[in-house]
Amino acid sequence: MATAVVTTERENYINSEYGIRSWLLTTDHKRIALLYLLSITFFFFIGGFFALLIRLELLTPAGDLVQADTYNKLFTMHGQIMVFFFLIPSIPAVLGNFLVPMMIGAKDLAFPRINLLSWYLYIFGGCMMLHCIVTGGVDTGWTFYTPFSTAFTNTKVIEAGLSIFIVGFSSILTGLNFVVSIHRMRAPGLTWSRLPLFLWSIYATSIIFLLGTPVLAITLLLLIFERAFHLGIFDPTRGGDPLLFQHLFWFYSHPAVYIMILPAMGVVSEIIPCFSRKRVFGYSFVAMSSIAIAVFGFLVWAHHMFVAGISLYSALFFSILSYLVAVPSAVKVFNWTATMYKGSISFSTPMLYALGFIGLFTIGGLTGLFLAALGFDVHVTDTYFVIAHFHYIMVGGAVMGYLGGLHFWWPKISGRMYPEAWGRLAAAIVFIGFNLTFFPQFILGYMGMPRRYWQYPPEFQVLNVFSTAGSTILAVGYLLPMIYMLWSLRYGKIAGDNPWGAAGLEWKTASPPPTFNFDETPEVTWEAYNYDEIPMPEEVSLER
Amino acid sequence: MAEHEHILSARLYVIIWAVLMCLTVITAGVAFIDLGPFNTVVALVIATFKALLVVLIFMHVKYTSDRLTKTVILSALFWLMLLLGLSLMDYGTRHFV
Amino acid sequence: MSDSLIALEHPTELQHHFADMEQQKNTSTFGMWLFLGTEIMFFGGMFAAYLIYRRWYYNEFALGSRSINIWLGTINTMVLICSSLTVALGVRAAQMGKRKLLVTLLLITMVFGVAFLGIKGVEWYQKYEEHHVPGSSFNASDLVSVGQKYGIHINQAHSQIYFSLYFALTGLHALHMVVGLGIFTVLTYFAWKGKYTPEYHTPIEIGGLYWHFVDIVWIYLFPLLYLIDRKPFH
Repeated sequence: MATAVVTTERENYINSEYGIRSWLLTTDHKRIALLYLLSITFFFFIGGFFALLIRLELLTPAGDLVQADTYNKLFTMHGQIMVFFFLIPSIPAVLGNFLVPMMIGAKDLAFPRINLLSWYLYIFGGCMMLHCIVTGGVDTGWTFYTPFSTAFTNTKVIEAGLSIFIVGFSSILTGLNFVVSIHRMRAPGLTWSRLPLFLWSIYATSIIFLLGTPVLAITLLLLIFERAFHLGIFDPTRGGDPLLFQHLFWFYSHPAVYIMILPAMGVVSEIIPCFSRKRVFGYSFVAMSSIAIAVFGFLVWAHHMFVAGISLYSALFFSILSYLVAVPSAVKVFNWTATMYKGSISFSTPMLYALGFIGLFTIGGLTGLFLAALGFDVHVTDTYFVIAHFHYIMVGGAVMGYLGGLHFWWPKISGRMYPEAWGRLAAAIVFIGFNLTFFPQFILGYMGMPRRYWQYPPEFQVLNVFSTAGSTILAVGYLLPMIYMLWSLRYGKIAGDNPWGAAGLEWKTASPPPTFNFDETPEVTWEAYNYDEIPMPEEVSLER
Repeated sequence: MAEHEHILSARLYVIIWAVLMCLTVITAGVAFIDLGPFNTVVALVIATFKALLVVLIFMHVKYTSDRLTKTVILSALFWLMLLLGLSLMDYGTRHFV
Repeated sequence: MSDSLIALEHPTELQHHFADMEQQKNTSTFGMWLFLGTEIMFFGGMFAAYLIYRRWYYNEFALGSRSINIWLGTINTMVLICSSLTVALGVRAAQMGKRKLLVTLLLITMVFGVAFLGIKGVEWYQKYEEHHVPGSSFNASDLVSVGQKYGIHINQAHSQIYFSLYFALTGLHALHMVVGLGIFTVLTYFAWKGKYTPEYHTPIEIGGLYWHFVDIVWIYLFPLLYLIDRKPFH
């Protein structure tokens, strides 16, 4: 495992101890964050690989690249890996682990050894999933709907279910650590109303981790028992209700999408004020909106089941609530925009990702409202419209937030600046590739192309070709940061403590930070985002 | 948030224990009496009362000055009610249409 | 990583990232309460399944409930309540620094725990003998006959759902008991070694919280599984 050799005599968390044992047995939250960074990146590329295969198959209307059963496995594995092994952990486990203690002025999280356990659970679950994949995989869709998954498919449902069960505990423990730390370990003077908005988002996300993931855990257990022993709980021929599985599954999996987007929103809330040199407009509204999203997010799950057989009255309730849940998200978008108004904007790489996030998340979110309308949903459910909708949020939103955050905090994490020109280029390539991939899918869905189909009528081909072309551009956009960030570890410009002139306790300590984060426990006497007091950085690393 | 060390008397614990044991016998006994639909209600009310005794006295929640503990318990219970209630909403209204 | 760099005097149990023992204790306790909150949701998912099928298949649930042993269930409930008493008294002993008393109470608690599991095993074996264990050998024709006597139609597949939930719920609960016994073994060992004092006995307290929670789950499982309908037939 390569350690970044920083040419400075000052001791930091990277050079304080060498050797693989010091990394694999570490309890330092920053090292654990890097362990997660490596593992999550690995799974991102595996999930991406499956996506490329899907798009390759869909270049032509005929099913000519893979068999139908194989295609089912491709989209299932793509979904499971991206959701459970990339998106859900990404920002919390990497940026959250690295930053939460620093942002609250603490030496570490509340339970450092549990933090390490959390990573090992992730790895254990990940290895199990990899084994599942290479020994045949699963073809049920990432949603494991019964009774196909319990009674009909011949694929490795139990192993996949177990791997996700294990990884679920990883996230429960991470969430527990965050909530306890934010409540109990804030530095003197750091009141709740002075917390960076990233922490409000992480806190809200952690609430969802704690309250939702256990239900997924029990659902997967029941799924496994059903499949192993044919109990009948989800099997209509034995008196069971397949919809019960869907209720239990979506009770977690809908809030899970808020797990995926809230941290990215938190990242955007950090980037926008920094590169507008302005305080956040409506701080308390943004903070409260994170909590509102977490709470409301639990009240809408059956909008995934509108055509599955739930009662009409139930559908009405969930439809109305699905409209309401959009309101706090909209609050954020308005506040970010208002923050930028009359600000001094600089288009750094993180800012480009944040701006891309705002636009793409808005499109994704608005199309969610389309889907919340019962009549429209009947027309486009299980089509590419839904796929485009959630990819706009997950990829256009969450992944761009993740990349923006990685770039923003890269100097703090590594002590180096990434090459700014390449950063901007990659952001542009990602933006273009993303839109080319997914916008045509809105049209395809509206025109009626179903999702999870291995072949399609010829009239859909042109848009599918655009989409596949876009996905190759997107892939390039994702590869570039891998390359130049690795490059920067050795050749990048050495970063100072605060190259962006950003607000936040993490910028008040060295880059990379010492093992215990701060030489002295800070005492906070200022409000958050005090950009009227922080000078522009001297080394203007934005001009390169 | 400081939690002052409350050393409760052994007598109190034993009294609560005795109450719990009696309630257990009662709940089992009442099950044999025909109360119609109220059998379930009575059983759950007694169970809740027992749980309250355990939470408040044995788990010291009555004696803690920490609001956070009570918030955690109430939130978890509320979320459980959401799961149960909103699922039942579907099952309960399926035959209306 | 646990060696502190602070040169000041501090208790040996104080972990380096905490300012003082009080913060460490409050943090650990809060962490355990949050974990118990997650457990409420974990069991809650199965309670949801139980609730829905009890509504749908009340007759099968009622007769299934009558076929499990109410005496053993009641005794087991009392066993767990006794164990909660000994846990609470154990925490009290730790608060007062009474090492031998603490160890004794922890051991008695574990005896109750093992007794609970033993009785549970007996109950499960009874079900096994009656062919009420879900799976290929499941056979509820005895319940069908009982139902026929009173004009109640019993569907065997629906009965199997009751027993599936019975085993899943009691099984999951038993698993939590086993984990609890493991935790208490560790606690007893360290208590015997004299690790816990009036100033530091947080592990005993939070171990106790976990044990009480497992007791509370059973307090609900008992009426829900055993007492669905024991009214005399008319």
